[in-house]
Amino acid sequence: MPKLPGLIKGLGVTLNTLARTTTQGSNTVQYPREKEAPPVRARGVIALREDNCTSCMLCARSCPDWCIYIEGHKELAPPRRAGGKPRQVNKLDRFDIDYALCMYCGICVEVCPFDALFWSPEYEYSEPRIADLLHDKDKLGEWMETVPEAPALEVGAEKKGKK
Amino acid sequence: MTALLASDLPYWAQSLLRVLGGVVAVLLPAGTIVYVFLFKMMSFMQSRLGPMEAGPYGSMQLFAEVGKWLQKEDITPERADRFIFRIAPLVVLTSTFLLVAVVPFGPDAWFTNFEAGVFYMLAVSSVSVLGILIAGWASANKYSLLGGLRAAGQLIAYELPMVLAVVGVIIQAGTMNLQGIVLAQNTGEIFGWNGLGNPYVLTQFVGFVIFMIAVQAELTQTPFDMPIAESELVSGYMTEYSGFRFLTFFIAEFATAGVFALIASVLFLGGWGIPFAWFGWEGLDDVDNWMNVVGPLIMVTKMMLLSFIIMWVRFSYPRFREDQLQRFAWKVLVPVSLVNIMFTAILKVAF
Repeated sequence: MPKLPGLIKGLGVTLNTLARTTTQGSNTVQYPREKEAPPVRARGVIALREDNCTSCMLCARSCPDWCIYIEGHKELAPPRRAGGKPRQVNKLDRFDIDYALCMYCGICVEVCPFDALFWSPEYEYSEPRIADLLHDKDKLGEWMETVPEAPALEVGAEKKGKK
Repeated sequence: MTALLASDLPYWAQSLLRVLGGVVAVLLPAGTIVYVFLFKMMSFMQSRLGPMEAGPYGSMQLFAEVGKWLQKEDITPERADRFIFRIAPLVVLTSTFLLVAVVPFGPDAWFTNFEAGVFYMLAVSSVSVLGILIAGWASANKYSLLGGLRAAGQLIAYELPMVLAVVGVIIQAGTMNLQGIVLAQNTGEIFGWNGLGNPYVLTQFVGFVIFMIAVQAELTQTPFDMPIAESELVSGYMTEYSGFRFLTFFIAEFATAGVFALIASVLFLGGWGIPFAWFGWEGLDDVDNWMNVVGPLIMVTKMMLLSFIIMWVRFSYPRFREDQLQRFAWKVLVPVSLVNIMFTAILKVAF
């Protein structure tokens, strides 16, 4: 019998939820028809800025799933100053991310020293065929358009970084 | 209705009508309960929407699901006892159909009018235990067997408080005829005041609570759903069933919920009747014919109310443990209902 108040309280919780859902609508969203805006820094898809990539392979090596495939070659670019030596640059031949394997940990984005990888909040890229989930560098480049501006740093974040 | 059922039609046509009526009285509440309560109310209580795609607000979902189940392959496990395995769901469903046979829906709208209707009802409701037990046994599956045994233990344990709770009603009404119980409630009076009749939910409140708890356990609805505890026993005695036979179990579960709600409304809420004093009716013969139409509607309203309570409890509470369940039945419900019978008998003699 000492449990009785709790039992009645429990019935009250479900009844309240019933009343709230009936009057104010439910927490769920009818997805294909209405969409929720993803939260800030949502991890939807990884975008690639190809010009920044030096094919240093840091992302591919740090990927826990080994879902990033990089191939590149070295090229000679014209020198920056007149009369200088031609510069050696790394050109990407292939930069694929297999989203069938990716677990969205974001380590590749964190580890990239040249700001070539970004998170985009886009999430609607499911495919009927699993092989189509392998996004090549052109497709990853297209995602760059959807990358939002980086949100402002939080108060005090700057201080910690210095020193 | 009397004229329709008794005089004009030959016996076979009457029987046919009764069978059709029984099917409607079993399937309609089952479908309504599943859609309104199981699909929608449960979702709303969890701040979800429930099925929304099949028809407006998912109202055709039930037909979609029945269609899906009918297409599925009817699998019998290799080592199962084939014949028993196959008839088990039908035994469970039979119990439901036998139960609805005694429920009166109006002054003349009944299927059968037993003198010992309550006795018959309590006897027949335990037929479903047999179905569940043989389903668990015949599946040749440890989980099914455990579920079946749990169900048997639970249903037998809760049969007793149920019977004892009804005894109070029988003592007060002085009859075991369900029609007579309806009559006794609607012509009754509480200390000389007859504005509401005497629905036994007021004078037999303890019995009503015990009866509803026992019904909850008989239906193996959630606080008492050890037999189908999906986290421990997969789906208990239903584990090996597929397609139409699973559908039969499913229908039987919710149809029995509806029928028990009907019976509870007859025993405790005054059944199809409205207090006879309102219209100056003296007995069953004075009741106007339109009550044969309004009566079933009143019954359905009360059934929805009671099913709402059953389902509400189902969606709110977590599962008992097996030993707690048995202890609750034998150490709490049975003594309380015995005391209730004693008090009812004393008060019956005193007044």
